[in-house]
Amino acid sequence: MGRQSISLTEPVARLVDALHKLPGIGPKSAQRLAYYLLQADKEQVKALSEAITMVKEKVSLCSVCFNIADSEKCEVCRDPQRDASMICVVEKPMDVLPIERTKVYKGLYHVLHGTIAPTEGIGPDQLRVRELLARLRDGTVKEVMLATNPNVEGEATAMYLQKQIGAMGVRVTRLARGLPFGADLEYTDDVTLTGAIQRREQIS
Amino acid sequence: MSSSKTYRTEGVVLRRSDSGEADRIITFLTPDKGKIHAVARGVRKPKSKLYGLVELFTHSSLMLAQGHSLDIVAQGETIHTFLPLKSDLQRSACAFYVAELVNRFTLEHEENRALFDLLIHTLEQLCCEKNVSLLLRHFEVNLLQCLGYRPNLHRCVECNALLQPVTNAFSPAGGGILCPGCVKTDQMARPISVDAIKVLRVLQGFDFATASRVRIKQGLAQEVEQVLRSYIEFLLEHKVQSAAWLDTLKGGDLASPSPSYPVTSAS
Repeated sequence: MGRQSISLTEPVARLVDALHKLPGIGPKSAQRLAYYLLQADKEQVKALSEAITMVKEKVSLCSVCFNIADSEKCEVCRDPQRDASMICVVEKPMDVLPIERTKVYKGLYHVLHGTIAPTEGIGPDQLRVRELLARLRDGTVKEVMLATNPNVEGEATAMYLQKQIGAMGVRVTRLARGLPFGADLEYTDDVTLTGAIQRREQIS
Repeated sequence: MSSSKTYRTEGVVLRRSDSGEADRIITFLTPDKGKIHAVARGVRKPKSKLYGLVELFTHSSLMLAQGHSLDIVAQGETIHTFLPLKSDLQRSACAFYVAELVNRFTLEHEENRALFDLLIHTLEQLCCEKNVSLLLRHFEVNLLQCLGYRPNLHRCVECNALLQPVTNAFSPAGGGILCPGCVKTDQMARPISVDAIKVLRVLQGFDFATASRVRIKQGLAQEVEQVLRSYIEFLLEHKVQSAAWLDTLKGGDLASPSPSYPVTSAS
């Protein structure tokens, strides 16, 4: 980074540095973006910088489900139409979007903000697990749907939650694991296929 | 791509981390090239053909293409998925621990076939063994041996005298046992009982099938675990992160036996 920064003027170098810190942005992409912003009209750049500032000032975590929210409670938790007897547990706020897009799920959410990752030193205490268990205590919630990712960490988290929640007498379900639409059997991994066979559906 | 060289190997996934939009950087342990890092392109998309190959603890045959900084996983085939390690909480915690130790103790491109065999063998046994904690101790002792850190359990590491059946001390820095006369030479040395030394000798000298016939009371098992952990953490100069998760599971009522899962056999 340093070598290029010398030939750039100070404000541009600062911008390149700042962009480089974003995830997935390498030094070349950072330069490309900085150059683009330099060329773009003032209005557009202003809108971007305001959007960035706003997101830090106005957005916080929902006090109930820990999804991102623009007030104390998020949109879903505020909506009286949602089914309060069901909670869908996801790893991160971004996971709520695809589930909402299906328009099939009408219940509430709970965002853990991570998964159990033993090698990174992340256990249940580093996640929003205690808050989830607290939400189940008053008996309103009848079902918890675990929607952590179908990988080793996501499975470990789901198994842990299942044991904790199952002991409280609440029904626990897990998103089904099967073949993605448009997939090819030939390339399907054994774990997915084993699951798909074990949980096969009767169609007639 | 067509000009790049490809090579074949096999490997077990020790670690993976997200990179870019949908890529993952995978750490494999291979029998012929030691530990290697390679990038699996697009593997976070649901229809990726590589997904099954590069999930944690999976053993696959691989074809890799040499890249500029990192090699690229081109294609491959699963040899063993070790399914119970992914569908059983206790066993998955053990596998995390095993993979972390192997990852931390190895450097890139250092061939160690014995270590690879030990890893495969341990993961296989972890899928079905009831006494997983003794299996982990057996793994630790053999791991240390593979790496050249085999502790000396027969003579005092300071004065070389044969050990007597009294309470001696384990010295992580000395790599073995200190007799009562030499204890003061290492401040970090901790007392070790006669029985604990015997258990360690059995783990060191016999395969797991034989070693698992020995009945060990809980207190003694804990002592052996503590001795090995202190030695391992001394060598790594680092805490073993996933040990905390194992301890968490051991503590609560979570240690209840899990339903049995079918073990997929290696093809």
